[in-house]
Amino acid sequence: MEFPEELKYTEDHEWVLAEDELCTVGITDHAQESLGDIVFVELPEVGTQVSAGKAFAVVESVKAVSDVYAPISGTIEEVNEELPDAPEVINTSPYDDGWMVKIRPDDPSQLDELMDADAYQEFLENEE
Amino acid sequence: MLKKTALHGIHRSLGAKMVPFAGWEMPVNYPTGVIEEHLAVRRNAGLFDVSHMGQVRVGGKEALSFIQYLTTNDAALLTPGQVQYTIICYPNGGTVDDTTLYRLGEEEYLFCVNASRCDEDFAWMKTIAAERGFNIRLENLSDDYGLLALQGPAAAAILAKITGAGLAALSSFHFIEGETAGVKALISRTGYTGEDGFELYLPASETATVWSALLDAGKENGLLPVGLGARDTLRLEKKYALYGHELGPDITPLEAGLGWVVRLEKADFNGKAALEEIKRNGIPRQLVCLKMEEAGIPREKYLVYDGDRPIGTVTSGTLSPSLRQGIAIALVAAGAWKPGRRLQIEIHGRKRSAVIVKPPFYPPREGG
Repeated sequence: MEFPEELKYTEDHEWVLAEDELCTVGITDHAQESLGDIVFVELPEVGTQVSAGKAFAVVESVKAVSDVYAPISGTIEEVNEELPDAPEVINTSPYDDGWMVKIRPDDPSQLDELMDADAYQEFLENEE
Repeated sequence: MLKKTALHGIHRSLGAKMVPFAGWEMPVNYPTGVIEEHLAVRRNAGLFDVSHMGQVRVGGKEALSFIQYLTTNDAALLTPGQVQYTIICYPNGGTVDDTTLYRLGEEEYLFCVNASRCDEDFAWMKTIAAERGFNIRLENLSDDYGLLALQGPAAAAILAKITGAGLAALSSFHFIEGETAGVKALISRTGYTGEDGFELYLPASETATVWSALLDAGKENGLLPVGLGARDTLRLEKKYALYGHELGPDITPLEAGLGWVVRLEKADFNGKAALEEIKRNGIPRQLVCLKMEEAGIPREKYLVYDGDRPIGTVTSGTLSPSLRQGIAIALVAAGAWKPGRRLQIEIHGRKRSAVIVKPPFYPPREGG
């Protein structure tokens, strides 16, 4: 299982990549593996306000429905338009092609509250 | 504490994702994933461990009259070597369980029951036998039996490699006894996938021998081990009822569209009077098959609407791996629900269009 060093992680298994004032968000390798075959993704519209810790998207496997929570508060600036037609990309490339949205954060310092790769890995070990 | 089948260690070593199901720790899928496992059964073959299911043996001179009183179908039609799908009802017509019934010999029968209902079924059978004074022998043999399901178009070719039993002459809903990989097995031409296939009743301690022999024999046929996830999507595509979803203590077999196994012309049986009255007064609810016309996957308990009017709920829903569309079975108020009629299912806070289709979902019926 992969834990890219440049990402921040939430306890709900989302990842965030902060760059150029925008934060790219997706779900982690662990999340996609727990879900199994992902067959449906519903993303918010561009311009939607999201709040840290609140659900903003849905991913579904054949068997399960799972909310995706915003790691930070802000405005949706961009969504991955490819995903609704190819949701399985989240399984094959959770950190890259499987990105879900780009958020313009209200307060970038919220990112400091998230875990780094080591802390997330430790969090997963304790969760099991 | 969850129960484990004899194959628990094998599932683990195959990398299965294990989940609690009806008091058992069962494989929901292997690393191949639900979709590949589902498609393997439709195209080639799949092997399922369904040892969690329960077996109750009934024997004695009054076995048939007991079963006739207990169940809704006509067990008198069974000859030794034959299997029947049947229902056990409560006196109010609600469903205790749906089962398959095997006639093993002149006065010997075997029920195969849902894992989630096994204890209730057995207790219910004992109650009925005691109340009505049936002189029978009742044994819960669930721990003694292992049960494998080999399903798919290649099932017969695979099984023939490891048994000398006469499979070619074995028709649907019949069984024979035969050695399979050296293990004495009851081989039944039945299943829960809508494909040709077999269910193998085995001594629990020898289930692993047959499992491994089948996986080896089926390798060149594209056989995959298949978990409960695909078992559910396969049965849903065929609109087969699952207890706790399409059937339950508050759902009668008439509402579940299983009137064909409710023989009201039969002498008195448990639930008969109630079911007759329900039929006379009009069956209040019915199952419909819905296929999504918009994106979204219907799930159990989602509300079903006819325009503004809520008419029922989804009992089972999934993405159909064969159709790549959302499909659902829903229990709705009785009405003129004809194929082609549009209804709406509320998914993630928004009503989305779904069309009524004739079962099975797959293969789709023409014009359905």
